Amino acid sequence: MNLTLTALCAHLSALLVLPPLLLGIIAKTKAAFGGRKGPPLLQLYYDLFKLLGKGAVYSRTTTWMFRLGPVLSLATALLAGLLAPLVGAAPLSFPGDAVFFAYLLGLGRFVTAAAALDAGSSFEGMGASREVAFASFAEPALILAVAALAGATGSLSLGAMFSGALWRSFGAGIVLVGGALFLVMLAENSRIPVDDPATHLELTMIHEVMVLDHGGPDLAFILYGASVRLLVWSSLLVRLALPDAPGPYGWAAWGAGVAVVGVLIGAVESSMARARLVHVPQFLVVAICAAAFAVMLSLR
Amino acid sequence: MSPTSRFRMLRNGGAQQLSAVPVVSAAEFRETVLRAAHSGLRLSALYARPAKGKTGLCAVLADDAEGVLYVLFSEATDEFRSLTADLPQAHLFEREIAESSAIRVDGHPWPKPVRRSLPDSAAFFREEGAEVHEVAVGPVHAGIIEPGHFRFQCHGETVHHLEIQLGYQHRGVEALLAAGPDKRGVFLAESISGDTAVGHASAYCAALEALAGVRAPLRGEALRAAALELERLANHIGDLGAIANDVAFLPAAAFFGRLRGEFLNLLMSLSGNRYGRGLVRPGGTAFDLPKPMAVDFSARLARGRTDLLAIGKLLFDSASAVGRFDETGTVGLRAAADLGLVGLAARASGLDLDVRRDHPHGLYRFRHIPVVKGETGDVYARAMLRYLECLRSLDFLEGLLPDLPGGPALAPCPAPRPGLIAVSLVEGWRGEICHVAETGRDGRLALYKVVDPSFHNWQGLAMALRGGEISDFPLCNKSFNLSYAGHDL
Repeated sequence: MNLTLTALCAHLSALLVLPPLLLGIIAKTKAAFGGRKGPPLLQLYYDLFKLLGKGAVYSRTTTWMFRLGPVLSLATALLAGLLAPLVGAAPLSFPGDAVFFAYLLGLGRFVTAAAALDAGSSFEGMGASREVAFASFAEPALILAVAALAGATGSLSLGAMFSGALWRSFGAGIVLVGGALFLVMLAENSRIPVDDPATHLELTMIHEVMVLDHGGPDLAFILYGASVRLLVWSSLLVRLALPDAPGPYGWAAWGAGVAVVGVLIGAVESSMARARLVHVPQFLVVAICAAAFAVMLSLR
Repeated sequence: MSPTSRFRMLRNGGAQQLSAVPVVSAAEFRETVLRAAHSGLRLSALYARPAKGKTGLCAVLADDAEGVLYVLFSEATDEFRSLTADLPQAHLFEREIAESSAIRVDGHPWPKPVRRSLPDSAAFFREEGAEVHEVAVGPVHAGIIEPGHFRFQCHGETVHHLEIQLGYQHRGVEALLAAGPDKRGVFLAESISGDTAVGHASAYCAALEALAGVRAPLRGEALRAAALELERLANHIGDLGAIANDVAFLPAAAFFGRLRGEFLNLLMSLSGNRYGRGLVRPGGTAFDLPKPMAVDFSARLARGRTDLLAIGKLLFDSASAVGRFDETGTVGLRAAADLGLVGLAARASGLDLDVRRDHPHGLYRFRHIPVVKGETGDVYARAMLRYLECLRSLDFLEGLLPDLPGGPALAPCPAPRPGLIAVSLVEGWRGEICHVAETGRDGRLALYKVVDPSFHNWQGLAMALRGGEISDFPLCNKSFNLSYAGHDL
């Protein structure tokens, strides 16, 4: 695909600079629902800056795996961001990149869980077990959603699937896939009702508890990587729903769309309690079913 | 012979001559206490006391149906056969006796210190098996809470056993109080558990007044009751917020947190301290509530009720939040009765007890609060009960404030009379606070025993987790919200 230098720069800067802002939008939304002022919109930038200036402490029980986790989880997130279309075509695109994308996310999860197990703490083992258990429900939903879009477009490339051009031919399928992807996004990014990103209670955590032993730049990598992943997911949802238009107008529409996704996440988090841990699989089975119906529709 | 005929009877806030309390042998003491407890009485306090240069025992049992208390002493003894196997509510009392006195408690199923010389990890109950894992939490926690150690034996997410080891905040409160009565006594009582300053200070002052043979003026008693209910409101509402926060239901958490402040501010207006310190003093209350202030209080309470009803609706109408509360952390009626749970936790499990009704003292003799109780014993019952008790307390205050008795709020409280034992019970927001004071021949305090409701209820939390999920622990813990400091003394 043809990719101008401007479009590449725009993609890279959006991918690298904007992710923490999305979390700021979510935090502000939640604060507004709670009648609070909330943290500054740019809080995560300050946090990352602070963490990068710190040293790191490593437990004697940890090995290289523990240090590899944060680096690889950020690397996979960024690479996934190069595959995902934001506005216009993605910098990296090839037939089958959708499958590569799904497995990149899986690799990121694997290294995070492995690093958590490496710390040897009972909390982190518990968190890793929960994360992997729930991922085994989230991954089928993602794969089925991708399969539905592949069936509808006849392509295995993210750029073709998430083009916003399917409303006419595959409208009901788009709604189902969008719903499934939204649920999976909540699970993958440890949002309510699956996980509570704001809790300090290590016994209830899923994702957060896996990174309890990481500090300083490692933690910064993890937090930044998580925000990149959330941006990529939001962007996929936007691209699913909005028709693509390159140039400034496209970027404006994309930015507004991502902000709306952020507000939507904040609204979901403000309007419901977190689900009981044993009910999380049921929640994800809903996503699997929605995606499976979309696959059926795509086979017409 | 009735099960209580061996005991000396007294009422809440009353005193008896020490010499009038029957003294029986250790073996008979055990049988008598056991028989009385099995006939439906509740163990309010069990402690070691000096007897003829050596150590004996004292039991205080509450008869909630008749509204009386029974006291019995044992002779000096070196050993005592444990009651716990037959009477689980004696569990912690006996461990406390074993660690703080020369008496050896034989046959206790889990002999361990309660709060002194904390044992090493080998002393924890441990489950063996290939798939069983152990999770240790605390004493340093992620949140800003008091220190306590929790040891879970788990199989996957399921908790098989939880052992709670406290004692990190032992300050020697009972010994300091027993050095009195002096000016600092009431300040100590207020700091037994910082969130129950009014409750413990009221119990302390009622004990001193009983020993002195006086009563606080009615206006003072009315203001104490008002402060106690304000304390209950502030804490219950704060807990509802904390419960909502634990299930990540954020709007309710934020609004309850704000509303708690309104009731703390009322306590502030009444006493000059947001936690009600400095108000309750022997002989009454240090501050009065002038008429214009009482009118203002009524208006603020009415606003508080409007807000409380709205936020309560928000929380309890939310299917996702209520679904999280339902059948989480259940303590059955039988377990609650066996463990001797008190207060809100006991009522949530269906036990019908409330010191304000069963052993009324002070203003509660004239103004009654309807007791609300639950059935299910789960987090939902404990949360709902908190909400309902808040509404009852508001009713009580709205009736009381326009109709405060006249006269002074404070009268002199003379020095205690010698050779007496006094028991005072107060229904604090967590449950029954029991203070027992004994005076020596010189009229000074010879012994002071404090039983915070948390001392009874921690075991209830451990039972609530059995067979539950480990991820539910923080929620269960918040639904009980027990005091570490009150337990550790």
